[in-house]
Amino acid sequence: MKKFINQRPGRAFKLLLGIAPFVLLFLLYVMGSDARLEVNPNDKLLPSMSQIADGLERMAFEPSKRSGEYLFWQDTASSLTRLGLGILIAAMLGLLIGLVTGALPMIAASLSPLLTVVSLIPPLAILPILFIVFGLGEVSKVVLIAIGITPFIARDIQRRTQEIPSEQLVKAQSLGANTSQIMIRVLLPQIMPKLFDAVRLSLGAGWLFLIAAEAVAATDGLGYRIFLVRRYMAMDVILPYVAWITILAFLIDVSLRELTKKLFPWYVQGGRS
Amino acid sequence: MSEANQDTTPMIQVNQVWKQYDDNIVLERLNKTVDEGEFVTLVGASGCGKSTFLNMLLGTEQPSKGEILLDGKPIPHEAGSDRGIVFQQYSVFPHMTVLENVMATCGFQRPGITGYLFGSGRSAAREAAESILEQVGLSQALKKYPHELSGGMRQRLALAQALLGKPRILLLDESFGALDPGIRADMHDLVLSLWSEHKLTVFMVTHDLKEGFYLGTRLWVFDKLRHDPQAPQRFGAVITYDLPVGHMDQTTYQQIDDHLRPIPAQAG
Repeated sequence: MKKFINQRPGRAFKLLLGIAPFVLLFLLYVMGSDARLEVNPNDKLLPSMSQIADGLERMAFEPSKRSGEYLFWQDTASSLTRLGLGILIAAMLGLLIGLVTGALPMIAASLSPLLTVVSLIPPLAILPILFIVFGLGEVSKVVLIAIGITPFIARDIQRRTQEIPSEQLVKAQSLGANTSQIMIRVLLPQIMPKLFDAVRLSLGAGWLFLIAAEAVAATDGLGYRIFLVRRYMAMDVILPYVAWITILAFLIDVSLRELTKKLFPWYVQGGRS
Repeated sequence: MSEANQDTTPMIQVNQVWKQYDDNIVLERLNKTVDEGEFVTLVGASGCGKSTFLNMLLGTEQPSKGEILLDGKPIPHEAGSDRGIVFQQYSVFPHMTVLENVMATCGFQRPGITGYLFGSGRSAAREAAESILEQVGLSQALKKYPHELSGGMRQRLALAQALLGKPRILLLDESFGALDPGIRADMHDLVLSLWSEHKLTVFMVTHDLKEGFYLGTRLWVFDKLRHDPQAPQRFGAVITYDLPVGHMDQTTYQQIDDHLRPIPAQAG
């Protein structure tokens, strides 16, 4: 018998071990829900699977009585647009700031302390300022996401840029390269896959800021809906919404990972500088 | 340029060069001249400052005292296209294929913001790159990324890249130190043929005396003449031997070899 630390699961067994907690949680939920509903058929805390399906059906496949829209999809589209815009802006800003501060000591000397301080401001604390400045519309939500994660991405990219071996910079100069050529041909392409990594890591924070902003002031969106129906304790809507957000987050993460593989084959195969 | 060559001014003049980091004296009292077309091999125990000397030629480090002149002018304080370099590692760009790595040299040679080539410039670069890759024996690997190459092939690539930049001086900083002996011998043959073909001036740092003894035209041995056991940082290394390669006998070799070995390697 091998020591426990040396034991590894086989392929099928590993899959089984991975699925088991999901099945277990699901069963626990169903049992808990059954038990509660048996005592009180009007219990709202743990709706049954069929109630959840009804709730989802109502939101996703029946037009709203008030506006005639399919709320679930409307909410999804609004939230993804805000998240996408916010992350896109943060990624571009973060890349730019990170690259110039990582590559150019003169710029870093002036921007790095500022960046450090800005990254320490809790973004949610300035949400009221954003609402005052940008109004309650789309802009303030996108700005919150962008402000929230730009410093993280910028600092990550700055560090990644500095990690590129200086030999490469010297080599490029010995081949005649000037500053901008080194940044665009040597540093930028090597930083791009790291940007994708940084974006993947910051998605969690992105969702947090999105839902927080929607909870405070919005007229649609996944976060808005959850906080709206909370007033009626509509767990049959909240639970599928949370599950849906989780699935979306998972899908975005996986597609970014696959995109990285496709765009930067040298990076994934281990050609990391 | 031809005028300068006929002039008696040597290509490189090393005048009273000292190098120290804080109290740690690495090199002292270096005085040398090197003519165009020479192949100088630098050997010495590790930490004796031979790589530091190479970096001073490269421009990434400066002498603490004295000066190194290239064509009578001080070497700029940064790397430039007249001095090519091949490091032991990280010499090639991991995100470019073999062909792109070499073509990048052509992009860097032109003034421009991006360093990318288009149209006729691109096809000319492609031709030049393919021909130099043929010379170093990498024609079969044009589409490969550096991480797919063996160590020897990667250094061939780094050489091709450097040569396409048409440097006057080629600096090799233990470029082949990590390779297997057989491959290293191949690389030496390659370097010698490229040296004569491209009319280069070569400085090669190696830690293997035997290597330096049979390669190139001139051998420099870096060693500490004065040694204070209580304060090993007190004295720097000097060039103890400056020998024309090819005119040396076995006793000299043995002498240097014996002299280099008993001194324990010092980090520095």
